[in-house]
Amino acid sequence: MTKRDLLSMEDLTRSDVELILDTAESFLPIMHRDIKKVPTLRGRTIVNFFYEASTRTSTSFDLAAKRLSADTIALKKSGSSVEKGESLKDTVLTLTAYSPDIIVIRHPSVGACRLVARQTTASVINAGDGKYQHPTQCLLDLFTLRQTFGRSLEGMRIALVGDIMHSRVARSNIQGFQMMGMQVTVIGPPTLIPRGIESLGVRVEHDLSTLASHDVIYVLRLQRERMAEGANFVSTLREYAAVWGIGKNRLRRGQKVMHPGPINRGVELTAQVADDPDTLILQQVESGLATRMAILYRTIVGYSDAAGEETS
Amino acid sequence: MSATVPPTGLWCARGNKADLLLRGPRVVDPAAGIDAVADVLVQKGKVAAVGAGLVAPEGVRVIDAAGMLALPGFVDLHTHLRTPGREDEEDLSTGTAAAAAGGYVAVFGMANTDPVTDTAAVFEALARRAAAEATVPVGFYAAVSKGLAGRELTEMHELAAAGVVGFSDDGMPITSAYLLRRALQYARPTGRFVAVHAEDRTLSGTGVMHEGEVSAQLGLGGVPSIAESTEVGRDVEIAGYEEARLHVCHVSTAAALAHVVRAKEAGVPVTAEVTPHHLTCTHELLRELDPNTKMNPPLREESDRRALVDALAGGQIDCVATDHAPHALQEKEVPLEEAPFGTIGLETAFAVLHERLVVPGALPLAALVERMSQAPARIARITVPSLAAGEQANLCLVDPRARWTVDRHTLHSRSQNSFLWGATLGARVLLTVAAGRVAHDAVA
Repeated sequence: MTKRDLLSMEDLTRSDVELILDTAESFLPIMHRDIKKVPTLRGRTIVNFFYEASTRTSTSFDLAAKRLSADTIALKKSGSSVEKGESLKDTVLTLTAYSPDIIVIRHPSVGACRLVARQTTASVINAGDGKYQHPTQCLLDLFTLRQTFGRSLEGMRIALVGDIMHSRVARSNIQGFQMMGMQVTVIGPPTLIPRGIESLGVRVEHDLSTLASHDVIYVLRLQRERMAEGANFVSTLREYAAVWGIGKNRLRRGQKVMHPGPINRGVELTAQVADDPDTLILQQVESGLATRMAILYRTIVGYSDAAGEETS
Repeated sequence: MSATVPPTGLWCARGNKADLLLRGPRVVDPAAGIDAVADVLVQKGKVAAVGAGLVAPEGVRVIDAAGMLALPGFVDLHTHLRTPGREDEEDLSTGTAAAAAGGYVAVFGMANTDPVTDTAAVFEALARRAAAEATVPVGFYAAVSKGLAGRELTEMHELAAAGVVGFSDDGMPITSAYLLRRALQYARPTGRFVAVHAEDRTLSGTGVMHEGEVSAQLGLGGVPSIAESTEVGRDVEIAGYEEARLHVCHVSTAAALAHVVRAKEAGVPVTAEVTPHHLTCTHELLRELDPNTKMNPPLREESDRRALVDALAGGQIDCVATDHAPHALQEKEVPLEEAPFGTIGLETAFAVLHERLVVPGALPLAALVERMSQAPARIARITVPSLAAGEQANLCLVDPRARWTVDRHTLHSRSQNSFLWGATLGARVLLTVAAGRVAHDAVA
C-alpha cells in the first residue's frame, strides 16, 4: 500500500514507517565513507521549495538528494517570483513543467501541501505546513529513538512539553509515536494546549510533576514568532522558563531529552541540558539526513518490500 | 408598525408576464394550507386558478408537472451580490440568475460592497442597476454604520424612505454595545430591523474554523462557539431592553440558539436565520482542507447542527438564509488558511436541504418551504409568495427525482466557491416565476 505523497503521518502505515526506518539504517554506512554518494536516484529531479525559513530541514533534504545523486532545484520565497506576487498554484505549475519526481515543500499555511498535491504530477513531501504536520521530522525522531533504544518502542512513555498549540511537530509526532506503540503525554500551560487535543488519545497535563515517569522528554520550542503582541499565551518568558522550562534539576539521570530545533536556550531548555550528553538533539540532526534519504528513495521506488533490496 | 413606514423596495428588469399551466404537480403552500395534487394556472403573471382538471386557455403553455413540486418561491434575506465593487465575483445579473435557478423570487443583498451601501445615493444607484439587470426582484440592506466602521450611524430614515429592507454591517460585528443600542433606537421608527453578524472578534481572533477536536488535529486556529454565543446574548438583551427588531444572522451554535430562544420566549422581537451549510455540514468537512469549506461562522459540531435543524423545524429559527458569498477562483485556490471565508449557496439551498433533511425525515417539506419562502418574506415585509388564486405568481417548480451535479455546467453564479462543488444532489428547480415573470426555465 503506497501513497504518492507524504503530507501527513496519516498517509503512512506502520509497515511503511518501519520500512522507511530500515531503509534509513541501510543508508547509515554511506555517511562514514570517504565518498558519501550513491547513484540510486541518478537522473531523478527533486525540487526543494521553502516558503518559510528553515535550517535543518532544507539543508538535510538538499544534502539527502545530492547523496543519492538526484538533480536538485532549490527555491526559496525570497528571490523567486513569489515576491512578485506569483500564486502558489502558478509557481507549482511552473515547477511541474520540468517534470520533477518530487516536490518537497515548506509553507507557513495549513492546506498548502494539499493544494500543491492537487496541482502537480510530482510526489509531494510535506516539509512542514503551518501548524499542521511535519511528517519527516516525526520519522527522523522515530529513527533517533530506534537508534537509541532499539527496534521496539512499544510501551515507552514520552512527554511532549511546551507550546503544543503552535507546533506542527507535536501533531505529527503524537500520531507517529502512537503508531509505534508509545504512550504520549502533552504538558504545557492550558493556553498553549489546543482544546480538543485529547481526541488524539494523549494524556494532558499542565505541570511537570509526572516528568520522571517518562522515558523521553520531547521539548518544543516556545514559538515566539507566532506570539502576536497582546496574545497573552504566557505572561513572561521568565515565568515560562521557571514553570515549564526543562533544567537538569527536573530530569532523572540518563533521561533522554529531544528537541526539534531551533532551541531557545534559557527558555524551554537550559543551556546545560542542551549541551548534556543525554540530550539527543544532535543525533536528531544526524538522523535527519539518513531518514530523508530514505524518504526520498521510498517515495520514488514505493513502499513495498518488493521494490527494494529487502526481497527475501 | 406605524402607517407612515415606507415599504421595502424590490427592483428587477421588466419582462413578459407568464402564461402557464402546470399540469398535476404536488402543490405545497403552508400559508394557504394547501398540500395536494392540483393544476396551477398562471395568467398574465397571476395565479389564476388552482384545482383539478383545469383547461389551458388558447396560447397558454402547458407543462407536464406530474410528480413535481409546485412551491411558493423562496426569499433570501442574506446574499452578497458583490455589486458595486466586485463585479468580477458576482453582479446583479449573474446573482439573480443564480437566485432564479435556486427557486428564489426575492433576494436581499448585504451592504458590505465597495463603496459600502451607506448612503441613499449609493443605494438608489444600486436600485437603478437592479431595475435594469436583475432577473429576480432584488432588495438591499444599508449599513448600520458609515463605512461599516462601527462609529457613526448611517442616515437610516432617508435610507428607509429609499426602500432598504433593514440595516446590517454584516461581515463585521457591531463591536460597540453602545452603537448597537443607538442603532436599534434610531431605526425603530423606520420599522426596519437591524441584522447582526454576531461575533466577538477578540475571541475569534485569527481562527479559521470551529475550535474543537478537528481544529486541534489540523493545527488550524479555532473560532470558539463562545465568540458567537456571548455576542448573541448581548445583542438580544439590548434588543429586549429597547423593544426593537433584531435579526440574528447565520446562527451556528446551540449556545447562541439558546439565547435566541430565551429572548423569543420573553417576547423580544428577535428573528433568526440559519444557512443551508450549517444545517447540513459539520467541522469534520474541514479535514479535506478544501478552502470552499471555510466560512464564517464556521461549520460547527454535530450537536450544534442537530440543534439548528430541530429549531428550524420547530420555528424557533425563523428562516433559512444562504449567506451566498461569491469569491473569485484565484482567491479560493490558495492554502485553506489564506483563503477568504464564504460559500455560494443560492442555487443549491433547496436541493441540499431537501436531500439531506426532508428526504431522511428530519424536517417536514412544508416546514422547509415555509422557512425558505413565507417566513423570510414576512420578516422583509414584502408580498408573501403564495399559490393561492389571485396572487402575483411567485413560485417555483421542482423535480424531486432529479439527480444533478454541482459544477460549472449547472451553476449560474459568476463564482464557483461552493461547499457542494462536485457533489450530486436531487430536487432540481426547473422553473421559477418571480413577480409574475419567468425568471428561470429548465423544463425539458
